[in-house]
Amino acid sequence: MILFSLILILLVGGVASWIVARRHETSARWIAIASVGTDLLIAIWLWIAHTGRSQILTTRWMEECNFNWISQFGIRFHLALDGLSLALLLLTYFLGIVAILSSWTEIRQRVGFFHFNLLWVLAGITGVFLAADLFVFYLFWELMLVPMYFLIGIWGHERRIYAATKFFLFTQLSGLLMLVAIISLAVLHQRATGVFTFDYEQLLNTTLSPRSARLLMLGFFVAFAVKLPAFPFHTWLPDAHTEAPTAGSVILAGLLLKTGAYGLIRFVLPLFPGPSRELAPLMMTVGVIGILYGAVLAVAQTDLKRLVAYTSVSHMGFVLLGVFAGNEIALEGAVIQMISHGISTGALFVLAGLLQERLHTREISQMGGLWETMPVLSGAGLVFAMASIGLPGLGDFIGEFLVLLGAYRANISLTAVATLGLLAATFYGLKFVQGTFYGPNLHQWRLFDIRLREWTILGPMILGLLWIGLYPQPVLNTLRPSLTTMQQSAFAQQIVRR
Amino acid sequence: MSAADFVALLPLITISATAIIVMIAIAIQRNHKVAIVISLIGGASALVSLSLAASAAPRQITNLLVIDSYARLYMAVLLGATGFVFLFAYDYLKRRPERPEEFYLLVLLATTGAIVLVISRNFVSFFLGLELLSVALYSLISYVRTQSTSIEAGIKYLILAASSSAVLLFGLALIYADSGSMELSQFAAAMTPDSRPPNAFSLLPGLMLVLTGIGFKLAVVPFQLWAPDVYEGAPLPVTAFISTVSKAGMFAFILRWFHVHDIGVAGAPGLVLTIIAIASMLTGNLLALLQTNVKRILAFSSIAHMGYFLVALIAGGPLGAPAATYYLIAYAATILAAFGLMTILSGPRDEAVSINDYRGLFWKRPLVAAAFTTALLSLAGIPLTAGFLGKFYVVAAGASQSRWVLLFTLVLSSTIGLFYYLRIIVALYSQPEVSDVAAESSTLPLPLPATLALAALTGLILWLGIYPAMLWDAILAVTRDLG
Repeated sequence: MILFSLILILLVGGVASWIVARRHETSARWIAIASVGTDLLIAIWLWIAHTGRSQILTTRWMEECNFNWISQFGIRFHLALDGLSLALLLLTYFLGIVAILSSWTEIRQRVGFFHFNLLWVLAGITGVFLAADLFVFYLFWELMLVPMYFLIGIWGHERRIYAATKFFLFTQLSGLLMLVAIISLAVLHQRATGVFTFDYEQLLNTTLSPRSARLLMLGFFVAFAVKLPAFPFHTWLPDAHTEAPTAGSVILAGLLLKTGAYGLIRFVLPLFPGPSRELAPLMMTVGVIGILYGAVLAVAQTDLKRLVAYTSVSHMGFVLLGVFAGNEIALEGAVIQMISHGISTGALFVLAGLLQERLHTREISQMGGLWETMPVLSGAGLVFAMASIGLPGLGDFIGEFLVLLGAYRANISLTAVATLGLLAATFYGLKFVQGTFYGPNLHQWRLFDIRLREWTILGPMILGLLWIGLYPQPVLNTLRPSLTTMQQSAFAQQIVRR
Repeated sequence: MSAADFVALLPLITISATAIIVMIAIAIQRNHKVAIVISLIGGASALVSLSLAASAAPRQITNLLVIDSYARLYMAVLLGATGFVFLFAYDYLKRRPERPEEFYLLVLLATTGAIVLVISRNFVSFFLGLELLSVALYSLISYVRTQSTSIEAGIKYLILAASSSAVLLFGLALIYADSGSMELSQFAAAMTPDSRPPNAFSLLPGLMLVLTGIGFKLAVVPFQLWAPDVYEGAPLPVTAFISTVSKAGMFAFILRWFHVHDIGVAGAPGLVLTIIAIASMLTGNLLALLQTNVKRILAFSSIAHMGYFLVALIAGGPLGAPAATYYLIAYAATILAAFGLMTILSGPRDEAVSINDYRGLFWKRPLVAAAFTTALLSLAGIPLTAGFLGKFYVVAAGASQSRWVLLFTLVLSSTIGLFYYLRIIVALYSQPEVSDVAAESSTLPLPLPATLALAALTGLILWLGIYPAMLWDAILAVTRDLG
C-alpha cells in the first residue's frame, strides 16, 4: 500500500493545490512542495530501511502492492519496488521539488492548474517506475503525457503549441506501437500457457519464436527510443525542451527521458533476451551515433536551452550504449549516468531559466561577461557545465567512465568512437561557459546575483553531483541486486563481476 | 403469438405507445414540458420493461424478431442515449422559435426503428426498421426550418438515404432470388473462408449491395459523403442522435449478422470490409485535419471510429463481438457528452460550432471545459477514459486474430486523429480573447437538465475507463448468447 500512497499523495496534492490556488497562490505552491516532500521522505525512509538487507535479498521486490483490477484480462494493479525503481524515485522527488522551486517566480499565471499538472506528471512518472503489470505500465506511460502537454502548451515560450503537439504525437505513435506489442505478448503468452495476463513476472517466462520476439522487442524499443531519445527519433526533444517552462524542461530532461532508459532496462532486456543480444551491436551503434550527433549539434546552437537539449541527446547515447553493452559494469554506468544527468542537466535548465528571467533572452550571443556582475551564479554554472562534460569528481564522469569501461569489453572500436563524444562535450561545455560567463560584458548587463531560494535549488544539486562523483558506492549498492537480475536474464554468459 | 411474446416485446410496444401518446397530447394541448415528461417517462418505463422482458427471453417471435440478452443490452443503450438526447434537446429547443413538441415524437419513432434493427433476425424486419428510422430522421435533420443549412442537410440526407435504400432493396431481391429466404442465419456459411456459396452469381452481388446500404447508414468510406454536411446542418441534438442511436442500431444488426464465432469475417465480404475499414480510418482522420468546424471534425472522427468498430467486427473470435460492443458503448457515451456540451454552449441564434467559440473556455468555465477535455481525450483514446479501454479491447481482439494490417492502420490513424483533438483542446486552454466572439458561450446560463446529463455522461466515461469489469462481464455474457 505504501507504493500506492506515493502516487495517491501526488494526485491528491495536485487537486488540493489547484483548489487552494483560487484563494491563495503561495499556499498552493507550499502544498505542492509538501506533497512531493512527503514522497521524498517516504522514499528516503524506504531506502534506509532496505539498505541493510539489499545484499541478501531473496525476493525480487522490496515492496509490493498488488490487487485485482480487470479480472477478465488478468490485469492487476501491481506495483513493485526494487533498487532501480527506488533510485529513480529518489531522483524523481528531488527534481520534483527543484521544479516547483524553480517556477516560484517564473509562473505567475494560473498557478493552481500549473501545480496540478506538475504533480500529476510526477504521479505518472512514479507509476511508470513502479508498475509491475504491463497494462498498468502503459497506463502511466500515457498518463504522464497529458499533463506534460499542458505544461508545455500553456506555460511554454513562443512556439509552445508546435512543440507540445510534436511531443505528444511522437510519444503517442510510439506508445501505441508498444501497446500493440504488449497485447501481442499477452496473447502469445496465453497461447503458450492458457493464462491471459499482463503481469511482468509471469510474462518474463514466455517462450517466443525468434521472429515474433524480435518484432515485439522492436515494438517496445520504438517507444523507449523515442522517449530516450535515440538518434533518429530525437527531433521532438530540442523543440519540447526549448519551449517548455523551466519546470517543464527540468522534468522532461531529468525524468521523462529516464523513463525511456528505465523501460529498456526493465522490459526490453529481460523480456526479450534473445533479440537484445542479437541486436546489441546495432543498438550500441545507434547510441554512439547519438553521442556524437548530439554533441556536434550542441556546439552549433545559439539558444542556451537548445544547446542543453542537444547535450541530452548526447548523454542519452551513453545510456543506450551502456544498456546494450551486455555487461554489468556498463549497465551500472548507464543507470549512474541517468541519475547524474538528471541532476546536471536539470540544473543547467534551471540556470537557463534563471538567466532568462534576468536577461529575457536565451541567445548566447546576447550574453557574455556575466561573471563580473553575478559571480556566484556564474560559478555554479561552471560547476554544472563541468559536470555535463564529464569532469572527474562529478557524477557524470562516473557514469560515462563505467559505460565506456563496460562497452570496451563488448566492442572496442565503437567504444573508441564513443570516447570522441567526450571531446566534443568539451567544445560545447566551453562554448557555453565562454559565451555566457566569460569574455567582455558587451551588453553592459547589471544583474542581481543569486538569491536564497535559488541557493536552495542549486546547492543540493551541486552536493548531489559531488556525492555521486566522489562516493557512488551507496547508489551502486542499491542498484546492484536488481540490475544483476535484469542482466542475467539477457546476457547470462557474460557476467563480469568486480 | 403468446402472452410471453408480448412480454418480451414490451420495450418495443412501450416506446411506440409513447410516441402515440405524445402525438395525442400534442393534438389536445401543445406543451413542451408535458411532451418531454411523457417522452422521458416512456423511455424510462421501456427501460424498466427490459428487465421484465428478461424473464421471457431469449425468444424468437415469428420469423422476424428475436429478443435475446444481446438485443436487450443494445436496447438499453439505445434508450439511454435517446434519454440523453431528450435532456439536451429541451433547452436547445426552448431557445428556438420552432414548435418543439414534434421533436420528441419524431425521436421516439426513430428510436423505435433503431430498436427494430436491433431485434430483427430477418431482412424484412431489418428493412422496416431502417425505413422507420430514416423517415423520422429526414424531418429531424431539417427540424430548424428557419435555417437554410438545416433544410439543405435534410434534403441531402433524403436523397442519399432513399437511393441507398433502393440499392439495399435490390440487393435483398438478388439474395432472395438466390436462396429463397430472407433469414440472416443463412449467411454464416458465406462468411467462412473455405466454403463457397452454391450460386455465387447473384448471392455475392446481393451481399455487396446490402453492404452498400449498410455502409451508407454507418457512414463508412466510400459511403461517407453525406456525413459532414448532415452533421453540420442538423440541429445539435439531432446530430447527437444520428451519431449514437442511428449508428448503434445499424451496428447491432451488422454485428448479429456477421457474428461468426472464432473465425471472423473472411472470404469476399471480409476483404471488402477490410478495405472499407482501412479507408474509413485513414480518410476520416486525414480529412478531419482540415476542418475548423467542430461538428464537421466530429463527423469525420465518427467515420474513423466506425473504422475502428469494423476492426473488431472483422477480427471476430471470442473477443471480437464483445470488443465491438464495448467500443460502441464507450463511443456513444463520449460523443453524446461532446455534442451535449456543444448544445449547452449554443446560444439562441447560432450554435457554438467553430473552434474559435471554444477559445479560452477553460479559464471561464473550468468544469465545462474539463468535461469537454475528458470527452475529447476519450475520443482520442487516452487512458483512464472509456475510449482508451475501447481501443484496448479492439487491439486485443485484432491481435488475438493476428490482423496486423488493420492494427497498424489503427495505430497510425489514431495518432493522426490525436492531432485534431489536440487542436480543440489547445483552443480550450488558450488565452481568452478580449473580443466578443466567445462572449455568448461564456455568459449563457447553463440549463439544469442538460448539465446534469452532462455530469452523468462524464462520470460514465471515467467509470468505464477506470473500472470496466462490470460492463465487460455483462457484455461477455450477452455476446455468448449471440453465438
